[in-house]
Amino acid sequence: MSDKLKQIINQQSDQQGVTIDQSDDIVQLVGFIIGEEEYAVPILSIQEIIKPFSWTRVPQVPKYVLGVFNLRGSVIPLIDLRQKFGLAKQKHNEETRFFVMRDGDDVAGFVIDRLTMAIRIKKSDIGAPPDTISSDDSMIDGVGKQEDRIITILKVDRLLERDF
Amino acid sequence: MDEFQEILQDFLVESFELVEQLDSDLVELENTPEDLELLNGIFRVAHTVKGASSFLNFDVLTHLTHHMEDVLNKARHGDLIITSDVMDVILESVDLMKALLVIIRDTSADTGVDVAECVKKLDICSSGKASIESPVVVEVVVEESSEDDTDYDSMNADELEAEIERLLQERQEEDKAKRKAKIAAGEKVVSIEPDDEPTVETKNIPEAVPTPVVVTPTPVAPKVKSAPQAAAPAKKAATVEQTIRVDVKRLDHLMNLIGELVLAKNRLIKINDDVEERYEGEEFLEELNQVVSIVSLVTTDLQIAVMKTRMLPIGKVFNKFPRMIRDLTRELNKKIELDISGEETELDKSIVEEVGDPLVHIIRNSCDHGIEIPEIRIAAGKSETGTIRLKAYNEGNQIVIQIDDDGKGLDVDMLKAKSTENGTITEKEADQMSDKEAFSLIFRPGFSTATAVTNVSGRGVGMDVVKTNIEKLNGIIDIDSELGVGTSMKLKIPLTLAIIQALLVGVQEEYYAIPLASVLETVRISKNEIYTVEGRSVMRLRDDVLSLVHIGDIFEVERILDSSEHAYVVVLGLGTQKLGLIVDTLVGQEEIVIKSLGEYLKGIEGVAGATIRGDGGVTLIVDVVALMDIAKSVKASALVESSSSAAQITHEKTKASDYTVMIVDDSKTDRMIMRKAMEPLGVSLVEAADGQEALSILKQGDYNFDAMLIDIEMPRMDGYTLASEIKKYNRYKNMPLIAVTSRTGKSDRMRGVESGMVEYITKPYSSDYLASVVQRNINFKSEFLS
Repeated sequence: MSDKLKQIINQQSDQQGVTIDQSDDIVQLVGFIIGEEEYAVPILSIQEIIKPFSWTRVPQVPKYVLGVFNLRGSVIPLIDLRQKFGLAKQKHNEETRFFVMRDGDDVAGFVIDRLTMAIRIKKSDIGAPPDTISSDDSMIDGVGKQEDRIITILKVDRLLERDF
Repeated sequence: MDEFQEILQDFLVESFELVEQLDSDLVELENTPEDLELLNGIFRVAHTVKGASSFLNFDVLTHLTHHMEDVLNKARHGDLIITSDVMDVILESVDLMKALLVIIRDTSADTGVDVAECVKKLDICSSGKASIESPVVVEVVVEESSEDDTDYDSMNADELEAEIERLLQERQEEDKAKRKAKIAAGEKVVSIEPDDEPTVETKNIPEAVPTPVVVTPTPVAPKVKSAPQAAAPAKKAATVEQTIRVDVKRLDHLMNLIGELVLAKNRLIKINDDVEERYEGEEFLEELNQVVSIVSLVTTDLQIAVMKTRMLPIGKVFNKFPRMIRDLTRELNKKIELDISGEETELDKSIVEEVGDPLVHIIRNSCDHGIEIPEIRIAAGKSETGTIRLKAYNEGNQIVIQIDDDGKGLDVDMLKAKSTENGTITEKEADQMSDKEAFSLIFRPGFSTATAVTNVSGRGVGMDVVKTNIEKLNGIIDIDSELGVGTSMKLKIPLTLAIIQALLVGVQEEYYAIPLASVLETVRISKNEIYTVEGRSVMRLRDDVLSLVHIGDIFEVERILDSSEHAYVVVLGLGTQKLGLIVDTLVGQEEIVIKSLGEYLKGIEGVAGATIRGDGGVTLIVDVVALMDIAKSVKASALVESSSSAAQITHEKTKASDYTVMIVDDSKTDRMIMRKAMEPLGVSLVEAADGQEALSILKQGDYNFDAMLIDIEMPRMDGYTLASEIKKYNRYKNMPLIAVTSRTGKSDRMRGVESGMVEYITKPYSSDYLASVVQRNINFKSEFLS
């Protein structure tokens, strides 16, 4: 009897151990498409995802800074990731979204082409960015591999950093 | 640990407050060395700080304050007369104390400041031998205090007894007298007492010095008297207003919330106006109106109330000036008196913090360059002592800080000569300058009237800093001076920074807010009133020539709309500088809440921030100061007609479907009929259900339209309005617009022509006719016809 109990308890603790390990190992990301590529950012850095609405142009800034918009009383900069990544401008359509990302006190909205999905990916499946582009300046945090996809994980703090 | 931090915080807050008061008290004490109440107060500060710091184990601070306390205690008991030299030592120790407190605040420890020397000086003072530095004054102190001491020491027990007896009697008499006075004067007693009594003694002391017998009572008498005086603060405390300390962050948060509320209020008013228009005469409107006006009234009151919680008396800044003037007079060997008034005038906390530095510069400047040395003053027939008046008062929505001196005044010719010499202005400019403009030369960077750089000023940095700091606060500086009589400077600063009145202007399809404080007037002009001089636009404004700049040139606004024959000029004024800003439309005046653009977009030239309008959109706020600078380098391109070049990019048509025609009609059937009529031509067709939709398709610029077929009667936007809107765009100015309508009246046709329609097709029509009209208007190449 007691043996059985022990066995069960052991089993349970084993299971628990496994689940804990899993959650430790897994990174939750939100994926989105810009141009042809799929990118992702950590889910916790996203404040909200909203449908596009009007914004106000700001002078003397690079092309990829579209301007500022009103998010419930705060004035927030709006950055077009397509143009920032060197792609041609595209008209906003049904699938376009504003990603509002936050890192500490820095907040900005980013225009993305299309939202894909929330991604759970094992840490072990995330590789360092290719040597050719890996430097401190790089916006790429790592490259996630999942099934047949390759997802570029971006550094949120770099995205929110002013570089002009 | 947390508890310690908490205590430490309280200690620091309290100490800084005490020390702030200390400076002005000490200087006042120097003028009235016998003011016991003041002395007591100062002593208490040293004592409090000492007590708290010893409890918190700040040994250095305790050590210092302990010795300060010694000196002050002696002075309080009359064993020591406060002379300038003693005061120098005390002030030095106060400075050290401040430095220590700052270090404690930053590092939670009181190391790094050497107090030994100061303590030594304090010891010398308290031991009654006074400092070695200035022997002149020392004599008095030494003699007096030593004589006092020896007098008591040399007394034998009986004499001492007798003395005490005598003093007690004296006190009893005093008390009696006081009681009488109390009955006579009622409550006033307390305040009269300290003023009256000491003055009698003041006169005694200098005379008394040679005769020690008379002197003896003086040091003791105050001690006896301190009893009723101790009661005075207690009495005061009872009437002190009740206050609580609130973290500034909470107030800032409250202010932000109020800001939101003001925005919501603006929006509500806008919606109310719309509703009023649509449901005119309905009963519920009355009620809605009432609610809206109550909400707006309460919001305004609330805003004022919250603003008031953030207000501090400007005296907080003024307090440090008596000390500064005192130090400067000794340093510069001048005699200067500072006269402060209006220190109870209140200002927003953030402004009070910002206004200190500019004032320091201005006052230093007045002391160094304004007030002459005594000999020259006497020669000029002025009193030996110069006066600087510091005054603060409210004027409308602004607070004015006025700094007057009765010094030598500004010499206009000298200012001009100096400026031309170092190349800040040309001689031509100098000749044209008015006196006022010449005065403002002192604010140019690198300008200095001092022939030599002194410790105090003359580097030519100060006044430039003053100007930038004041302008940062949306304030202006007004300067006036008369040679030989004096200079007067007025700083006009808005009461608060967060919410301002603004003039909203439109350019093309964008809007900008200009702080109303810098708007002098607005003028409507026609294009031919603008002249070009040396590549810059100018206009005549009454007797002046006003330089102009187009807001579109400054903010890189794309010119999509065709500008009309008329424009508005917003005349901006900043001190003596003036600039005309050309805008397309004036929208109106609105109360706006300034919001920062955030870290990412900070530092954009010409933009001071943003605000959220009633419709939820963001509008940028113009930074007038920066604008004036930018305007100097912007060339006038605005008014040169750049129109037709960008007008229409006609692509070579290679097939029938290269032609694009838009059909605008609210009826689906009608659209279908038109489509059917044109399909044989093979042109591309785009449909829109009303004017608004058509306009937004045009704005997107996805297609190059060759013609439009427009129905007249449509919801949201009718055909006439659509046509005139389209004609505003440079790009579509030459696009043929064809009206397709069942309206056949002559006036209808006339309106069509007026709004820019080239053809007028009346329903019903034959398909062939429609096709041929379209064909003619789009220059359809016949070879495409199959």
